[in-house]
Amino acid sequence: MNRSLFKVVSVWRKAFLKFLLPVAIIIGWEILAIVLNNPFILPRIGSVLEVLLHPFVDILGNGSLIGNAFISLGRVIAGFVVAAALAIPLGIGMGRSNTIYEFFDSFLQLLRPIPPLAWVPLALAWFKIGLVSMVFIIGMGAFFPILLNTLDGVKGVKKTWIEAAEILGARERQILSHVILPGAAPTIWTGMRVGFGIAWMCVVAAEMMPGTNSGIGYLIMSSYNWGQVNVIIAGIIVIGLIGIIVDYLFKVVDRRSFKWRELER
Amino acid sequence: MTLIIEHLSKQFTKNGNDIVDSLGDINVTIQDGEFICILGPSGCGKTTLLRIVAGLENPTSGKVLIDETVIDRPNPKLGMIFQDYLLYPWRTVNENIMFGLELRGIPKEEMVDVSQKYLELAGLSGFGTSYPYELSGGMRQRVAVVRALAVDPSVLLMDEPFGALDAQTRNRLQHDLLEIWDKTKKTILFVTHSVDEAVFLADRIVVLTPRPGHVCEIIPVVLTRPRDRTSVEFAKVRRYVLDLINQPKCSFS
Repeated sequence: MNRSLFKVVSVWRKAFLKFLLPVAIIIGWEILAIVLNNPFILPRIGSVLEVLLHPFVDILGNGSLIGNAFISLGRVIAGFVVAAALAIPLGIGMGRSNTIYEFFDSFLQLLRPIPPLAWVPLALAWFKIGLVSMVFIIGMGAFFPILLNTLDGVKGVKKTWIEAAEILGARERQILSHVILPGAAPTIWTGMRVGFGIAWMCVVAAEMMPGTNSGIGYLIMSSYNWGQVNVIIAGIIVIGLIGIIVDYLFKVVDRRSFKWRELER
Repeated sequence: MTLIIEHLSKQFTKNGNDIVDSLGDINVTIQDGEFICILGPSGCGKTTLLRIVAGLENPTSGKVLIDETVIDRPNPKLGMIFQDYLLYPWRTVNENIMFGLELRGIPKEEMVDVSQKYLELAGLSGFGTSYPYELSGGMRQRVAVVRALAVDPSVLLMDEPFGALDAQTRNRLQHDLLEIWDKTKKTILFVTHSVDEAVFLADRIVVLTPRPGHVCEIIPVVLTRPRDRTSVEFAKVRRYVLDLINQPKCSFS
């Protein structure tokens, strides 16, 4: 067999393998939906597509699919930015100074295993229902991956990089801005990517809590109360898609800006 | 410029309580414009010696003086080239060369001029916008050398800079280094474990003993440059150094 033909075959084989399971699930779903004939348990694919294809249409007075998705996205970004603004400087401080590290380490180790959603009742008690509570819970989810990766990245900056800068006359602040930050940036970025993923999971769950009245998580929960399983499934698909898109954007920046990490030695 | 290493010694504490003598009583006076090679076996403390001269480590006793100033921290008169991980991989070649100038707040146009000049000196015109990972090992070393030169130090400290390169590239870079040395009139303190390299490069070779390293002998190399590695005279000096490092006074302390 000639080489290019072999390549074409292998590309098709790969594509076939990738799509095999989703296609099987869709076919199985449709068959099952027809057999069950109960849209309150498993709606037909058509009715889910109906919702997905009209993303701007208001759903039972709760706002549209896209509108709610953007509300959720806004909350995640707010919580994520707050978490990053705290975690990155703290991680750099802990990575550079043993004193700061020892001071914060035990406290943070204690907080780390607590699932972000365990903070929900406390957040409600402290901040009432609203954006601040959301930001708090989301921030809790995003904080630790960003902190731990920043710490890792700062510790991973090669000693000779720092010494070379010292020889060339760098002061501590310049070492931070010219060596530590760019050297640790790829790892910090990885932390932000993981942190955003967790924040996205948190927002959806947090929006399902009582008292919320907007966001994609709320829309799903409310659709359950109205027995609209097709909206639930459409909402879940939108959550997944947004997660994939954001993660992809993070990956694109990573590949463009931090190419040197893969290629260095 | 005069660089004086005076009664320098260094001890390390190992595993908390074992004291290891790394360097014992080093005395060397280096004149302006000299090319000095420090030759010694692995683990004799020659890298430590260079790091102390650079101001990256403090001696246990004794001192290093440059023009009567005691060195206890990095000094703008001293530039250093490391054996490994020399360049910042996220910076282009130009940005690497300009790094020291940037730290000093030199205006952009001036930096670009200096960078251009040193890029030519390194024989790398046209590679200014390349990244380190796009260059060969030898090219990276050239960039590292001119990055150190760009801030115009009086002394260049080099820690086995060509150790990781293949023989051909290594010879080529030694040759180019001498050319740069000749053009810039810098003083060079060059650490190596290769007798051949020391004889090819140095005005004087400082031979260190194994740990704790101290000066066994300082050998002036009076061969004219460019030196021919295959010549009889070269072989004679080489033979002398090789014999010396096998003698008890240089191999045991």
